[in-house]
Amino acid sequence: MMNDMRKIERDTAVSDIKIHARDVQVFYGDTHAIKDVSVDILDKTVTAFIGPSGCGKSTFLRCLNRMNDTIDIARVKGDIQIDGNDIYHPSIDPVQLRAKVGMVFQKPNPFPKSIYDNIAYGPRIHGLAKTKAELDEIVERSLRRGAIWDEVKDRLHEPGTGLSGGQQQRLCIARAVATEPEVLLMDEPCSALDPIATAQVEDLIDELRRNYSVVIVTHSMQQAARVSQNTAFFHLGNLVEYRETGQIFTNPEDPRTESYITGRIG
Amino acid sequence: MADVTAATDPGPKTGSTADAVRASLARRNRKQKILQVLGLGAISFAFLMLFILIASLVSSGYQAFTQTHITLEVFIDPEEVPLERLPRGGFDDVLEASLASVLKDVDPDDRATMRALGGLPSNGAQFRLRDRVVEDPDLIGQTITMTVPVSDPYDQLNKGLIDRRTPEENRRLKDFEIAWFDQLVAMEAISKPLNTGLISNPDSRFPELAGLKGALIGSFWALFVCFVISFPLGIGAAIYLEEFAPKNKFSDFVEVNINNLAAVPSVVFGLLALAVFIGWFGLPRSAPFVGGMTLALMTMPTIIIATRAALKAVPPSIREAALGVGASKHQVVFGHVLPLAMPGILTGTIIGLAQALGETAPLLLIGMNAFITSAPSGPFDSATALPTQIFIWADSPERGFVSRTSAAILVLLGFLITMNAVSIYLRNKFERNW
Repeated sequence: MMNDMRKIERDTAVSDIKIHARDVQVFYGDTHAIKDVSVDILDKTVTAFIGPSGCGKSTFLRCLNRMNDTIDIARVKGDIQIDGNDIYHPSIDPVQLRAKVGMVFQKPNPFPKSIYDNIAYGPRIHGLAKTKAELDEIVERSLRRGAIWDEVKDRLHEPGTGLSGGQQQRLCIARAVATEPEVLLMDEPCSALDPIATAQVEDLIDELRRNYSVVIVTHSMQQAARVSQNTAFFHLGNLVEYRETGQIFTNPEDPRTESYITGRIG
Repeated sequence: MADVTAATDPGPKTGSTADAVRASLARRNRKQKILQVLGLGAISFAFLMLFILIASLVSSGYQAFTQTHITLEVFIDPEEVPLERLPRGGFDDVLEASLASVLKDVDPDDRATMRALGGLPSNGAQFRLRDRVVEDPDLIGQTITMTVPVSDPYDQLNKGLIDRRTPEENRRLKDFEIAWFDQLVAMEAISKPLNTGLISNPDSRFPELAGLKGALIGSFWALFVCFVISFPLGIGAAIYLEEFAPKNKFSDFVEVNINNLAAVPSVVFGLLALAVFIGWFGLPRSAPFVGGMTLALMTMPTIIIATRAALKAVPPSIREAALGVGASKHQVVFGHVLPLAMPGILTGTIIGLAQALGETAPLLLIGMNAFITSAPSGPFDSATALPTQIFIWADSPERGFVSRTSAAILVLLGFLITMNAVSIYLRNKFERNW
């Protein structure tokens, strides 16, 4: 039944390792939120993080672009490399990292600015466009990648907050890809969307796989099954099982994984 | 509510929960009713007090919004006002002579009568005449028409504030003076136009000439200086504390003390300003610049607290969005958070400035209650402010200052209401739902 919902053939074998994490620990004050997580995330692949609420999947995701740095009490230990570079090395500026690792959040959060400025903001602050024409081109390309160009091309200068929820989320995805990141992190991107908007965003995620390494946190196992090639199951801060998506749903190795996907814990 | 419990058949039996709910329903509804009545009562009381305040101010102050004037044909006698002695000359005698020429029963040679007659137009009338003649000396020898304020007792008489039935010896105007005034009324020489002098004149010893110009300009400069100092400093401090400062014992200590600062009585700030700004730095006393700096000390905590609240109210999702595309902390704060917090900051600032506008005690201590008869030309000139002007007028013995005090309070309240209305307008216009 899970197999029927899958849209894509699995082709994970050909991909390279994009993110290499070893023995990652995260503490919030005295709380040990992530325990010894080691995972290799492949390039040009959608990787889903699933697990019950509070299991640490979002926390781990936010380690990958050092978003946890903004929380005073959070401490991250361990080794996370993207393309072989340690992202927690003192010489790495989180600003530089986040230009390379884009992020889409749970709730659509467009800036209260025009659609154009929403997309152009990242390229502007990073100085990616020299001329207005170049910037226009980046905006159009990003909106096309966000699969929202046709809906907004005639109203680029209207506020982004005036769009529907699903459109806002695709706008946020377009904003994230405007800085040409190599990794795209998505933290429950569809949890605030209706089923139709969810389907549109999922189609988009599948498209994005061609250019990016996509990591998606989701509460919905069906969504993980539909969009991802690899799935990691987190439970109580531990990475319990990380395998090819088809296998984890049809033939889980760990009893906790099986309990979760059959609905006994969660 | 009683019929709920008295209902004979409340439908199908639903067990003990429904019974218990029904039993307590009347009591709960009654409590809610009582709360509503008390709330309405409190609001009505507040409105009643406000109404009484405004009504008493208007009833005593409305007379000050008009001023009795007299129109005279004045012959500028070259003997009294010789060209070579300008700007000196017997301008008061010229005015008295022109009055004597139109009134019956006035002996121009009786000095006591003439002195009494000289008290009919305002003391300022001779100076207005002088200024006109100095400006255009060709007027000497001509007859010109002048409209000047009458002095305070006649103004009171015209406004019905002097009772003609009072025995003469207890009255400020004698019978013959009232008779003169009645003659002038009969000649239609008396008018009662809008008192523009209330706004356009500086302070004066004479109520009919006293106006708020000096106080308005003084208050403007004081508020301007206050804004220029407290707005950037307050916002800067708030941004640092809210966005950049590490959360530790020291920042808690700073926060507690900012709240303490906001609660310090204003007279203490006045004494501080007297000791530091005037005593130590040697800045001029009575100057709006010093007043503005003193008010800035008081306004800054208000602005800091309002700004921090406004910054806190910007949802974290916007910060995350900006951080997520690689904005630095500085870019997040100045590019996204601060613009979104601006309406709240402005609202807090305007409310802080409105408080500063009405603040009296610190200004008294730095000498902004001096008697100054010219409007300040800059923030370093001596001046009064609106609240201290009210203080001075309320303290003055002349009858005319009673209504002028109320009128000045109305002007001050008008400014305060306008400022608060602007802040509410800004808040509503830029309010966002996230």
